[in-house]
Amino acid sequence: MSTREFQLPDLGEGLTESDVIAWHVGVGDAVALNQVIAEVETAKALVEIPSPCAGVVTGLHAEEGQTVRVGEPLVTFDVTDGSGAAGGADGAGVEAPEPVPGSPAPTLVGYGAAPERGGRPTRRPRRYATPPATPPRPAEATPVATVAPTDRARATPVVRTLARRLGVDLTIVPGSGPRGQVTRDDVEVAAAALAGGAPAGRAPTTDAADAVETRTPVRGVRKHTAAAMVASAFTAPQASVLLTLDATASTELLERLRSHPLARGERITQLALVARAVCALLGSHPALASRWSELPDGSAEIVHPAHVNLGIAVATDRGLVVPNIPSADALGLPELAAALTQLTRTARDGRTAPERLTGGTFTITNVGVFGVDTGTPILNPGEAAILGIGAVRRRPWEHDGQVALRDVVTLSLTFDHRVVDGEQAARFLADLGAVLGDPALAVVVGSAAGTVSTGGAA
Amino acid sequence: MPGITDSTTRDDLSPAGTARENLTTHEAGAPDGRLADEGADGGAGTVRLLDPDGVRHPSPEHDRWLTDVDGDDRALLRLLEDMVVVRRVDTEATALQRQGELALWPPLLGQEAAQIGSAHALRRDDFVFSSYREHGVAYVRGVTPLDLVRGWRGVVTAGWDPYAVNMATPQIIVGGHALHGVGYAMGVLADAEHDTGRADGTAAVVSYFGDGAMSQGAVNEAFVFAATWSAPVVFFCQNNQWAISEPVALQSHVPLVARADGFGLTGVRVDGNDVLAVLAVTRAALHRARTGGGPTLVEAVTYRRGPHTTADDPTRYRGTAEVEAWERRDPIDRLSAYLRDRDVLTDAADAHVRDVADRMAAALRTDLAAIETPPPLSIFEHVYAEPNPALAAERDGYAQYLAGFADDVAGGAR
Repeated sequence: MSTREFQLPDLGEGLTESDVIAWHVGVGDAVALNQVIAEVETAKALVEIPSPCAGVVTGLHAEEGQTVRVGEPLVTFDVTDGSGAAGGADGAGVEAPEPVPGSPAPTLVGYGAAPERGGRPTRRPRRYATPPATPPRPAEATPVATVAPTDRARATPVVRTLARRLGVDLTIVPGSGPRGQVTRDDVEVAAAALAGGAPAGRAPTTDAADAVETRTPVRGVRKHTAAAMVASAFTAPQASVLLTLDATASTELLERLRSHPLARGERITQLALVARAVCALLGSHPALASRWSELPDGSAEIVHPAHVNLGIAVATDRGLVVPNIPSADALGLPELAAALTQLTRTARDGRTAPERLTGGTFTITNVGVFGVDTGTPILNPGEAAILGIGAVRRRPWEHDGQVALRDVVTLSLTFDHRVVDGEQAARFLADLGAVLGDPALAVVVGSAAGTVSTGGAA
Repeated sequence: MPGITDSTTRDDLSPAGTARENLTTHEAGAPDGRLADEGADGGAGTVRLLDPDGVRHPSPEHDRWLTDVDGDDRALLRLLEDMVVVRRVDTEATALQRQGELALWPPLLGQEAAQIGSAHALRRDDFVFSSYREHGVAYVRGVTPLDLVRGWRGVVTAGWDPYAVNMATPQIIVGGHALHGVGYAMGVLADAEHDTGRADGTAAVVSYFGDGAMSQGAVNEAFVFAATWSAPVVFFCQNNQWAISEPVALQSHVPLVARADGFGLTGVRVDGNDVLAVLAVTRAALHRARTGGGPTLVEAVTYRRGPHTTADDPTRYRGTAEVEAWERRDPIDRLSAYLRDRDVLTDAADAHVRDVADRMAAALRTDLAAIETPPPLSIFEHVYAEPNPALAAERDGYAQYLAGFADDVAGGAR
């Protein structure tokens, strides 16, 4: 018996495998040359395979639905009567080179290394992981063989493969893609419907390994904060100066004010004390209370407001808000403390009036309440400076020529370098430090005439 | 078939001036030979002499280019036979690709009339620059079926000797050869300054390309050069409706032939599935080219019924209804119906034609199986005219690579 083994060729310029979709012949069938024997699907196309010879089929080497690699046997024919010779190459009547025994038929398949050889190749053909043979699909899910290829559902090869794996009939899946194309999601939904459960692979589980990232749309306060911070970062050139000081005198003052009549029953906080000192000092440091203003003609001017509208950064459940206390410089310490309490409560309740969120001239952010030593905040857009207050900590510090445990705090001042120079910022922060280090000095500040810092002319 | 491939029988035809006048006025002129309907296969202004039912519509303007064919039943049968043979060979080549004997094949199914009709208009001394699907043109020029497919097996660097058949080997770069055609035609003009050549004009050139190539820069540059120099060239655009998966309407909101005006080309639109109309308009265009009338853009409206190549799956981008509609405009059925009506095509003649085609296909299969695969290193032999060290180093490196596959058994890498 003369046999011919037909190997799966590369059907489309560099493919490595094809799926057998349907057999059009069975073992024992006589076939003619070019008679369609199988339908296979490559990554590129669904194609019909014409028989390479006339003869009788003696073996089909793959099940329907199975993947065959290029170069692997697909069909074996008995071509005993000679009519099955491919072009007569190994048949009678034609002058042709005699095929080498054991060598494959002279197709384009198998260029490079001959697949059958006695010795061990020094360079092995690359091995690909062989996917497990997929079981034949259930009968009701095999319409491909009976439907004309031109009428099949639109889907990419990847989705077709998925559908085959999940046993989904693509022709009955409604396609949600462009021009009715069946998408991966469509197939998964259909598979879930077949299984009567959740989409395959998406079953609920408590396994922490299945945790996935979540995405939250940016809206509301977050969106506003982001826009404001970007505006700040990309309009004002910002620089920061830092100062760490012994604030023990301030904390002692706050302690005394708890029960002092001048506090009028208000609880005076560290923040209120700093705010008051800032308001008192800004009068003699006008640059820090100013703002840069771009004019429509492209020029700019520096605006000096009549009052200090003191902004306070407040962390709320809804995010960061910066309401301000109008004309805070006109308030005494107890009134300022009361205003701060009110401002914070209102903001946390989400009831801050919109007008209180604009028009600030200087902002304080008390990051120390969260336990950090300091930070370098960035400007609230439209303002020239922002002060960060760190946590007050008991630290070993030089005091009266000795090391003692003192209440130490770090202040940071970020400023708009268009409006404020480093020297101005440094002098302001130094003066602020001097007042907080010795609150009694507050009685000498508040005019534009001079500063409390030593060694520098205003 | 001398009566078709030679133009000596055209001495009775009008001189160039008249021909040009006829063609340039045909857009505005008589309804004869033009489609009345506006449809996918052409529409108004499209030259058609044989309708899909095989009814011959007389058109004095175009019939005068067909006097030899119309009066010669054997010539008509030859046109039919060539179309049937080339379709059969094309089908066999497609099967050979599926059987692993060819790496790739671009089928021409549906475009037989556009190719056979235009190729029969050529003179032996004309020159053709074609794309990769012009198997019918090549066949008429004298390229054997085996030479057609050898390049697609990857065992030769080119399928045939271009000067033996006056047709360049296929250009894979889309549209690149439009410029080659113009360059060759400008060479013809230069030669004509020394030798005026034949009484019926100089040699001419046909560049074949498709609707997709109309969007290529090279093709548009070729139009400009051809018009500038009045080069004796015919641009033969087979509008087969699909540039791989892109429909022609996507890249051209007007009929492709309408672009001719802007370049200063004569534009002619023809039913590409009507072999007689294609033959007539191509003859007229070639006559114009060889007698100083300048270049022509022929848009042959046809349809690629198969895949772009064997690596393509057209069902992904077009529906069956469209393909079936074009099957009803089949170029072979159309001519067969006409010839049967005239009792030129008898059952015996039909059987003979199909037998010729089958034998041609069988011979192709046999000849292909007999092709010897050249040794791999022979690819380096024709890269340069003379050896050079860089090439030698590359060849030696490749030899080493191949040796890596060798084992103890004699033979090694195939």
